Amino acid sequence: MSMENKNLLEVKDLHTSFFTDAGEVCAVNGVSFNLEPGKTIGIVGESGSGKSVTSYSILRILADAGKITSGEVLYKGEDITKWPEDKMQKFRGEKISIIFQDPMTSLNPVFTIGYQLEEAILLHTDKTKDEATKRAIEMLTLVGVNEPASRMKQYPHELSGGMRQRVMIAMALCCEPDILIADEPTTALDVTIQAQILELMKKLQDELGMAIIMVTHDLGVIASMCDEIMVMYGGRVCERGTADDIFYNPSHEYTKGLLRSIPRVENMNEKLVPIGGTPINLLNMPEGCAFCPRCEEAMKVCLKEKPDEIEIGEGHFASCWMNVKKMYEAQEEAKNEQ
Amino acid sequence: MSNNDEYILKVEHLKQYFPVKKGLKKMQLKAVDDVSFAIKPGETLGLVGESGCGKTTVGRTLLRLYEPTAGKITFNGEVIFDTGEQYDENGKVIVDASGKPVLGKKIDKKMLPYRKEMQMVFQDPYSSLNPRMTVEDIIGEPLDVHGLYNTKEERREKILELMELVGLNAEHAMRYAHEFSGGQRQRIGIARALAVNPKFIVCDEAVSALDVSIQAQVINMFEELQKKLGVAYLFIAHDLLVVRHISDRIAVMYLGKIMEIADADELNENPIHPYTLSLLSAVPIPDPETARKSQRIVLEGDVPSPLRMPTGCPFRTRCRYATEKCAQERPILTDRGNGHMVACWNK
Repeated sequence: MSMENKNLLEVKDLHTSFFTDAGEVCAVNGVSFNLEPGKTIGIVGESGSGKSVTSYSILRILADAGKITSGEVLYKGEDITKWPEDKMQKFRGEKISIIFQDPMTSLNPVFTIGYQLEEAILLHTDKTKDEATKRAIEMLTLVGVNEPASRMKQYPHELSGGMRQRVMIAMALCCEPDILIADEPTTALDVTIQAQILELMKKLQDELGMAIIMVTHDLGVIASMCDEIMVMYGGRVCERGTADDIFYNPSHEYTKGLLRSIPRVENMNEKLVPIGGTPINLLNMPEGCAFCPRCEEAMKVCLKEKPDEIEIGEGHFASCWMNVKKMYEAQEEAKNEQ
Repeated sequence: MSNNDEYILKVEHLKQYFPVKKGLKKMQLKAVDDVSFAIKPGETLGLVGESGCGKTTVGRTLLRLYEPTAGKITFNGEVIFDTGEQYDENGKVIVDASGKPVLGKKIDKKMLPYRKEMQMVFQDPYSSLNPRMTVEDIIGEPLDVHGLYNTKEERREKILELMELVGLNAEHAMRYAHEFSGGQRQRIGIARALAVNPKFIVCDEAVSALDVSIQAQVINMFEELQKKLGVAYLFIAHDLLVVRHISDRIAVMYLGKIMEIADADELNENPIHPYTLSLLSAVPIPDPETARKSQRIVLEGDVPSPLRMPTGCPFRTRCRYATEKCAQERPILTDRGNGHMVACWNK
């Protein structure tokens, strides 16, 4: 492998649209990011920001109306958007897996836990039935399900929410994938169970070394889990960088607004500063920056032209005209001083 | 008690048991088991706990959407419900020689006049509004029920006033609920609750279904309305940071019982009960620096089923400090100074 290819996954200018009766809805609009082995990237955004569709596009499990219209998804240098479906099916579950948000509905209620786990193993490996059973029990033990052997015979409804999510994780990891996509893995769970699941994911990442794409709207979860963060709004990436970049040096007005609007320990006795307006309608996208109708700092140019991604610091990118303005002002100042 | 009037709402020894059939066995699900608290006028009491701990049931029972199994509810100095049990200082029911509880006077008042004073905002802004009614009719319905207007013009005027109060555009009065976004729908629900000018509102996960940027708008609105109208809230939620932000005091529930109740800052800075401690440490803090430093106290296992409630302290099965006493006797809330009440034998 060449030097530049240390990335496990490279997403380049991904566009995904849904073709509905009301028109084309561009849910993902030019998303690019890289994922290195063993790292965690967080995708954060409100509902409708395109964070889930981005992860579904990578797996190519979009609904019928959805299509990747342009862009590349490179797995170890190979563009998987061009792969035929049968190759894709082998790829899913073996190299890349997903945990869905709702552990209540993402397990099949008419099959036992054991059957569903073994199915995944038998499909992707040459193991015999007995070996698969052994492996399934091993996985359940790994994710901290007590009495794994007897759990194998139980149905999903007999387990609690936290247990079901553990089973989902076991199922996703039974073939030791390189990449795990976690789509709001803890949103449906209580805080104490959420803490258990997050600790478990971290522990498993240390042991198995997989990379994680963490999709969530919870900035708290993002802060404690991720090396890198990507903030999305209206299908576009607003800002990406390390967790410290995003939280301590936010360089997009949306990121700043988001951080101001959540209750934190420091602003407990102050009023929250909400982002005004209502979330964007993807059928009716503004011409310029997606966030400009709600942005307090919006300028004329924001209405008309999409901002380009600018590198603020090393590996810290933001698409906001404010940064261009700041750079311009700094240049002017330097000129004046001369 | 002589200082009864200082509270807008006082709940004493409230119990709510639901009958459950398991096969042939009839059982009782103790959703709320002996809960007492009081709320002052214009105050916000936050109620937190994991799902299934009974926090929603508390809200619904004290509005008497469920018929309480036992307990006493005092609203604005008037007893509106009392099953008559009497309690000694240790929170035990006083019984006579034959072991039957000594009953005082039973009180069960008609709720209609009190519903005007106590209202509720529901969690789900999508299912709590009738899809076949216009916004005007949704907000106007409580006015109709309580007969709060004389002429049609007056009704309309009141509705528009309310819409303005919660930041809705008056032009939208003739629209249906599905035409609004989640945040706007929640505003409609709040306007409906405010229509009768209540003194007390139960907010049951009122901001949980909203996006973060919208959540802040609604939280601010709750705070502003409280300042303007002096209404008291029982704010039920599972997001501890949101609850801490909005509440004056916070009560922590576990399996139908209150484990700790204290001022919001006091509870967050000096939690005493082991359950509160682990609950607080489980909250993901939106700050990478603190997240790296903090040590989570991860609780083992799940919440036990309320049908198979542990004896004694309900938390003892997951508690690090549990001793034999915890299994034998249930701890009662005791004051640890400045109204910081904790129910724990060991802390």
